[in-house]
Amino acid sequence: MSATDRIALPLRRPATALAAWQRSALVLAGLAAALAPLWLLESFHLFQLTMAVIMALAVLGLNIVTGYNGQISLGHGAFFAVGAYATAILMSHLDWSFWATLPVSAVVCGLIGYGVGFPALRLGGLYLALTTFSLAVAVPQILKHKSIEGWTGGVQGLFLVKPDPPAFLPLTPDQWMYCMALIVSSVCFLLAWNLIRGRIGRALMATRDHPIAAEAMGMDIAALKTQAFAVSAMITGLAGSLSAVAVEYVAPDSFSFALSINLFVGMVVGGVASILGSLFGGLFVLFVPNIAEAISKAAPGVIYGVILIAFLFLLPDGFAGLLRRLAARLRRASP
Amino acid sequence: MRLNRRALLLGTAGSLALPQLAPAQEAPGVTATEIRIGSTNALSGPASAYSVITKGLAAMFRRVNDQGGIAGRQINFIAYDDGYQPPRTLEQTRRLVEQDRVAFLFNQLGTPTNSAIHRYVNQRKIPHLFLATGADKWANPREYPWTIGWQPSYRTEAQIYAKYLLEQKPNTKLGLLYQNDDFGKDYVNGVRDVLGPRFDAMVKLASHEATDPTIDSQIVSLQAAGCDALICGIIPRFAAQAIRRVFDIGWKPMMFMTNVSVSVGTVMQPAGLEKGVGLLTSDYRKDQSDPAWADDPGMKEWRDFMRRYVPDGELGDNNYTYAYGVGSTMLQVLKQCGNDFSRENVMRQATNIAPMDIATLLPGVKVQSQPRNYNVIRQMQLQRWNGRAWERFGGVIEGANV
Repeated sequence: MSATDRIALPLRRPATALAAWQRSALVLAGLAAALAPLWLLESFHLFQLTMAVIMALAVLGLNIVTGYNGQISLGHGAFFAVGAYATAILMSHLDWSFWATLPVSAVVCGLIGYGVGFPALRLGGLYLALTTFSLAVAVPQILKHKSIEGWTGGVQGLFLVKPDPPAFLPLTPDQWMYCMALIVSSVCFLLAWNLIRGRIGRALMATRDHPIAAEAMGMDIAALKTQAFAVSAMITGLAGSLSAVAVEYVAPDSFSFALSINLFVGMVVGGVASILGSLFGGLFVLFVPNIAEAISKAAPGVIYGVILIAFLFLLPDGFAGLLRRLAARLRRASP
Repeated sequence: MRLNRRALLLGTAGSLALPQLAPAQEAPGVTATEIRIGSTNALSGPASAYSVITKGLAAMFRRVNDQGGIAGRQINFIAYDDGYQPPRTLEQTRRLVEQDRVAFLFNQLGTPTNSAIHRYVNQRKIPHLFLATGADKWANPREYPWTIGWQPSYRTEAQIYAKYLLEQKPNTKLGLLYQNDDFGKDYVNGVRDVLGPRFDAMVKLASHEATDPTIDSQIVSLQAAGCDALICGIIPRFAAQAIRRVFDIGWKPMMFMTNVSVSVGTVMQPAGLEKGVGLLTSDYRKDQSDPAWADDPGMKEWRDFMRRYVPDGELGDNNYTYAYGVGSTMLQVLKQCGNDFSRENVMRQATNIAPMDIATLLPGVKVQSQPRNYNVIRQMQLQRWNGRAWERFGGVIEGANV
């Protein structure tokens, strides 16, 4: 009330920001674009898009810790796997409903992420990358271990059934799956966006850009880093939960270390430290391997590599960077 | 609204094209000129050594098309890469079924990958034929009538060892060394199938983890238990250890080794060529490096095919003889279909193959199927290590009928 009058605060709405009607128009357009596939796409493409949305959510999780907080993680596939297994175990052994498994999956992944955050305090940069990578390599083997085989199904994995759409909605199970992925992802994207815009987001970025200065400003670096890991693991774990029901099957081989690398690729291509970039990252991770295969069946990996290098050359700061530059150009063109 | 020339033209072209987009189909994936068949394989990633199977199959279908196709229809074989990742197998299978609208699925690679689509294909009643995996679970016509394997399962292999062993030593005390996973446990199940109620009294079990450094203690404990026979369901690294250890402690059991782990280069040489003398294993394929098959008509047919259709193929790679065998089985089924390529009829024919010989399989090993028995290859021939090479002996032995 009165205290804020005397402090110089940044303008709530910078001059470049959009007017309210423009913003609501954007939100509506986004909503329409997100819902349109429900009617436009047939089931297979809808399934692919569902998987892309799920991958986008997983990339968002990685972006929080690596993009915004500067802690390189090559092991987010592990959190994805834990989330998937949490949902699969609760649904197939205990007959829980899908929605009920989400909080459990989030809490379990959050706790594990928090735990991983501690070694991260002492290991920086490349060493942290290797530590998290070892996590990604270890998790599929741990899932096969015989002491937990009764729960995880060992090598055979676990089968589960996609939840049926509620009776009052005239949707097929595929359409409903897309809606669920959309609902969970939108909520997570919105929360992440709020988190990043606020005090905590600035603290995360300050810790990334200049840890000493950030500490001198009174930020608790240890708490920030571990919590960033927890939130990040939580989001990626939720993506894992969604993928378990979308695929209706989990097995250790579904979560090889290639998954972690894919998430990392998605983050870099989409745009490091960008919320919207994560969405593009998810689309890239899912669709580009298919494009590569359509070009050459003999060596899809080579084509994928070429496409990836081309992207890094043409869009060095990812899709998000491209959008940013386009927006800047538009603004300059119309002063 | 103003109607301009371009819109009018587009509209006309569109309405003319529409009937062409949806040709009259007698069955999904089948037109008057084409049969579409879908498959997935690891064309990239760690398991991509198996991608030559897809290459061999594509060449076989090319040969059929050159010869006029099946019932006047060309075969369009569509294979996608799943990188051996189960979620991608589901994605690619759905693409094959829902977008490419294939008639049926054929020879998809891998156990976890096929598991991911097992229920999907059975719910939709899509023939899921002759999978490239040795797991036992594909022969389950009661619960999964639309899925059928091809090669002998590990369980069938273990049944064959147990049958031969009972013939030779009716009162044996058998040691069973297996890796503690699905692969190893199939050997336990196979032996149990044959021994039945006598299993507990006759068999001493010892398992190990894939991550164990050695299996010495398991070998010693089996010897101490007084076993005079040993069946091993273990991977190559441990197979070499087991052969060496058994020899070094002076134990002389009748020893069987899974045919996954009998390669001369990766098992017999590291173990010591002379230490494995007398070791038994089994096979169902002709080994193309065996001089006994130099003038064999079946292998000549295969070599001729390779020369003309896969000229750059590595002739030493036994995935090509595998592909030839499974491809011949598929073509037989298509021939049996006559002119009816509906999914029901394809499945009916795939599960009603009268016993037949295949060019690249050992003489006496038949390909067959019945609606109540989905084990397509049930016979194998034993072979013995003579210190230099594997020597086949005896007739083919059939697995137990369970």
